[in-house]
Amino acid sequence: MSIEVRKNSQIFQDSNKTYYPEDEIEVSSVVKELYKKNLPTELIGTGSKSFIGNKIQSANKLSLSKLVGIIEYLPEELYIKVKANTSLEIIEKELEKNNQELAFEPIDFGFIESGKSNKGTIGGYLSCNFAGSRRFKVGSARDHILGFRGVNGKGEIIKSGGTVVKNVTGYDLSKLVTGSFGTLVALTEVVLKVLPKKKLSNTIIIYIEDKNLVNELFEKISSSSSEVSGAVYVPDEPQDESYNHNKEMVFKFNDLKSKGSFLALRIEGDKTSIDERIKALTEELELNKLNISLLDVHQSVPFWKKINNLELFAKTKNNLLRAVIPPSKGGELMQNLGNKFKYYIDWCGSLYWIEVKSKKNMQIVEIKKLIKELGGYLTIIKTSPDYDYEETIFTVDHTRLLISEKIKKSFDPKRVFNPGRMYRGI
Amino acid sequence: MSELVLPKIDKATINKKEHIFKNLAKIINPENVLSHADEIKPYETDALAAYKQTPLAVVMPENTQEVSNILKFCHEENIKVVPRGAGTGLSGGALPLQDAVLLSLGKFNKILEIDFENKCVVAQPGVTNLGLTQAVQHKGFYYAPDPSSQLACSIGGNVAENSGGVHSLKYGTTTNNILGVEMVMMDGTICRLGGKTLDQEGYDLMGLICGSEGLLGVITEVTAKILKKPQVVKAALIGFPTIEEGGNAATEIISNGIVPAGMEIMDKALIEATDNFSKAGYPRDAELLLIVELDGTESEVDELLKEVSIICKKNNCSSLKLSNNEKERLSFWAGRKAAFPACGAMAPDYYCMDGSIPRGKLAEALLEIKKLSKKYNLPVANCFHAGDGNLHPLIMYDGGDKEQLRKTEEFGSEILKACVRLGGVITGEHGVGVEKRELMCEMFNDNDIQQQLDIKSSLDEKNLLNPGKVYPILRKCAEEGRVHVHRGEEKFPDLPRF
Repeated sequence: MSIEVRKNSQIFQDSNKTYYPEDEIEVSSVVKELYKKNLPTELIGTGSKSFIGNKIQSANKLSLSKLVGIIEYLPEELYIKVKANTSLEIIEKELEKNNQELAFEPIDFGFIESGKSNKGTIGGYLSCNFAGSRRFKVGSARDHILGFRGVNGKGEIIKSGGTVVKNVTGYDLSKLVTGSFGTLVALTEVVLKVLPKKKLSNTIIIYIEDKNLVNELFEKISSSSSEVSGAVYVPDEPQDESYNHNKEMVFKFNDLKSKGSFLALRIEGDKTSIDERIKALTEELELNKLNISLLDVHQSVPFWKKINNLELFAKTKNNLLRAVIPPSKGGELMQNLGNKFKYYIDWCGSLYWIEVKSKKNMQIVEIKKLIKELGGYLTIIKTSPDYDYEETIFTVDHTRLLISEKIKKSFDPKRVFNPGRMYRGI
Repeated sequence: MSELVLPKIDKATINKKEHIFKNLAKIINPENVLSHADEIKPYETDALAAYKQTPLAVVMPENTQEVSNILKFCHEENIKVVPRGAGTGLSGGALPLQDAVLLSLGKFNKILEIDFENKCVVAQPGVTNLGLTQAVQHKGFYYAPDPSSQLACSIGGNVAENSGGVHSLKYGTTTNNILGVEMVMMDGTICRLGGKTLDQEGYDLMGLICGSEGLLGVITEVTAKILKKPQVVKAALIGFPTIEEGGNAATEIISNGIVPAGMEIMDKALIEATDNFSKAGYPRDAELLLIVELDGTESEVDELLKEVSIICKKNNCSSLKLSNNEKERLSFWAGRKAAFPACGAMAPDYYCMDGSIPRGKLAEALLEIKKLSKKYNLPVANCFHAGDGNLHPLIMYDGGDKEQLRKTEEFGSEILKACVRLGGVITGEHGVGVEKRELMCEMFNDNDIQQQLDIKSSLDEKNLLNPGKVYPILRKCAEEGRVHVHRGEEKFPDLPRF
């Protein structure tokens, strides 16, 4: 790829019309120019999640790939400050050295796209705000961002938040930019809250014969004081041999019978507290009446990795939906999904990952309608190649869309950043 | 206190007072429109009682539609509106304006739904923070954020200020503990953000509203997340001979991978004040007192307490007591919870500051405050939420002495500037309000503040909702630095006011 220097901006732009600013000041200069010339631009990191959201029709790209590196990591203060394009893998490795982690358990979207790991950058991850299995216990990505620096759509460098957890100085813009799919700010630096890693993890597997039991168990788990930090239900799909084969391959563990439906719940801590919690849960969930098995730490850790890598849907060519509902509506949703779809339930009954075969767009319309009726929301994470966009990627009501338009305007009045990525007009 | 600059009074509004009263009385029950001097007097201040201002009128709507109708009317007629919850805010966020309607949410005091299945409570904004916990505790649940004013402060106010409490490190602040809100915008639009689901898709508008101090919308309903009470809660009460050793122990506890449910520090002045006041049995010879609270399973808590004890002994603690039962644990907290009234008993007035600093800078911050205390010749006592870095110095003074008042304010502002210098922020949980408005420039430059003002004007283009709060009255931070107002005279009367 030939690289040339654009004379007017003095910032590298390759033949694909992609700018590569070296630092925040250069990001600001490029964006100022884009703003002046009214040029819609796609913000890119490593592109690991570029398949999520609407396709952007823009001639220009702004790569933040040079903004990498850990700026400051103070384990005793429980925060890490990094340049926004630092890879998640590097951050996690650094935290690991001090037995710390990003507690919201980032999802590795590489598997559904290409069948292998591609975690991408922290900036990209925050832009999506999709938390892993521990969400219902510890919060989402947005609950772990303490502050940021970035460039708005006018090219102005702005900041918000700080490095401390208690901070009410001005509007909490960190929350607003998290989950905004790069439509408000080009992030240059972020500060994240980090937490100590739990020493061990065990997983109780409950084999489910009667599906009516699933939501009852989720309810009991979420009402327990045993601090369950992961609860997922993987149903059996008798109609689909390839799915079952895939399921058996993904969940190949000594102590897990992958045939049939199962509910898995994770307990973390030191050995005695895990034992204590299992004892309490045995009583609360009446486990002795159920068919169960236990995954020790060597199986439990990789099991949850596979869940958070969405490996059940690895390399899917179909549509993949992510639906979040109030847990009490689980029974109704499960009944509607029946045996028609491959799906599994995470977040102790709140989060559904549903695969809908290509050329079945109408089914997506129906599912979305139902999810909305149940008080939830649905995002189409991945579309099949023949998806006709009959149904929009995100869920938004009229009033919220109007407010979102106003917010967008206040950051990026000329819609330079990722126009249309989330909603038409934003 | 010193002269406070407030947005320019709109004479047109004052002149059409009668027209406004008449119309408000058409929109809501006339009995809920207060305009007589005697009726509105109780509303002239919030918990930052040094600032007082009489509002134009007080309205007490009873439902969301009424709030919407009031705001719509005020929007059309260019009348400013100041929302008010329980009035317990410490930064003057609900301070009335002479030409503004004070919108009290006092009648929104009902719990609408208790939903154990979805682990949430739907409440009107006037329900007290403690009221949420009381509604669900019979089934072993509670609402996690616990600001010290929880008996009186309202959940709507908590959302506006993003209130915290002593358990924020482990359980987060309000923004991490609510699932949804219903809100009315200044033009009367009613909107719902979130619901009973975890997270919301799209822009995190609820995250924006949380802590926006009543500048972006009026909260009319809150869906709060409830948690199951932990199995076991125990605490340790530890005395240290020096500030440094106590501070180091607190830092070491965290760096050893322990996340306490609560961790509080009190300095010598406060140990004495609170022990005199509440007879909590604190070690009076200690320079610094540390309370560490842990929750979880029985053996886990015992194990962690053992680790905490080892760390404290290594840092030369002079005394160490572990709670043997619930009564003893509560007695450890009795003194800490009496910190504010204890200071109130020591001096005619006290001024409570609210900065946040990185935990590791505690000793440095306390030494700096000590120096400043000498400089201003005013006694100060300090309590510190060591878990989350939130520092509350309590400056004791005599409000009757004008010179002391001035000195107190200057002292307070120097403390907050020191917090920023140490890598912290000017407010951890009390909000900016009118109190710390001009200090925003210590943390933010002109671009940062302009971005926030742009958000404000995008949602409230006429700047009618709670104007004069949070943002400096004179906009150009970078050029002006902190705004000093001398005898109420502004330096640049022609600059736009916010």
